[in-house]
Amino acid sequence: MARQEGGRVIEILVDIVLLSFLAVMAVGILRLRNLFAVVMLSGIYSLISAGLFVTMDAVDVAFTEAAVGGGISTVLMLATLALTTDKEKEPLANLQIWPLLAVFITGAALIYGTLDMPSFGDPQAPIHLHVADRYVAEGPGATGVPNIVTAVLASYRSYDTMGELTVIFTAGIGVMLLLGAGSRRRKD
Amino acid sequence: MFVAATLAILITMALALTRALLGPTIYDRVLAVNAFGTKTVLLIAVLGFLTGRPDFLDISLVYALINFIGTIAVLKFLKFGDLGTPGSENSEADD
Repeated sequence: MARQEGGRVIEILVDIVLLSFLAVMAVGILRLRNLFAVVMLSGIYSLISAGLFVTMDAVDVAFTEAAVGGGISTVLMLATLALTTDKEKEPLANLQIWPLLAVFITGAALIYGTLDMPSFGDPQAPIHLHVADRYVAEGPGATGVPNIVTAVLASYRSYDTMGELTVIFTAGIGVMLLLGAGSRRRKD
Repeated sequence: MFVAATLAILITMALALTRALLGPTIYDRVLAVNAFGTKTVLLIAVLGFLTGRPDFLDISLVYALINFIGTIAVLKFLKFGDLGTPGSENSEADD
């Protein structure tokens, strides 16, 4: 039991440290003018947030963040830099007060919006009271899939999943066409 | 034991982060990202054992693979200045 308590404390500590890493990264990304360095920093940013998702038990989200944010996005950004430039122009004005104000007001509104949400891991949260019990109880029998997550994704939400796959496939073809066209032009 | 390991990993993460932010050359930053990815893998693995769920180990393995592919893409970009070129043909032409 004491070991569990120690684990909780360390988890909170890890959360705090990772969140401050995120803040440091965000400021660094804003301040740097070398876009290659910015791409590297955003890769680290994705890795940190994937670590945060794992500590919050959202393992599937963490998978997606690491693969898309840390892997594919970094490569796509580098490909963009290859086609354009890796130096950012100097900003026009020193400090623009209205955009800053708008950002602060939007952020405050978003934080205010989260106050009504159920607390993290609350078993009485609406999402746990709706159909989740039925899926857990009847899912394996009704669909014949032993894994509940797979049963929901591939059977209960199969049309939704098929639409998602179509979108991802189309996006993949688009990216391959863009990259392939670039290399062919260079050879001529 | 795991607590000490977690703390040590967090400290090395901070060190890699400093190198990524300050790093005078591009290679410092690439190396920092690679090191940071390794630290994330280690952190997830240690956290899994710390909270009594060693099945997190699979996830850290996937992270290791992604980190590897990402670093190779970055280095290819640095060498050829392009990701669409087939590496083997071009390296002969360049040399």
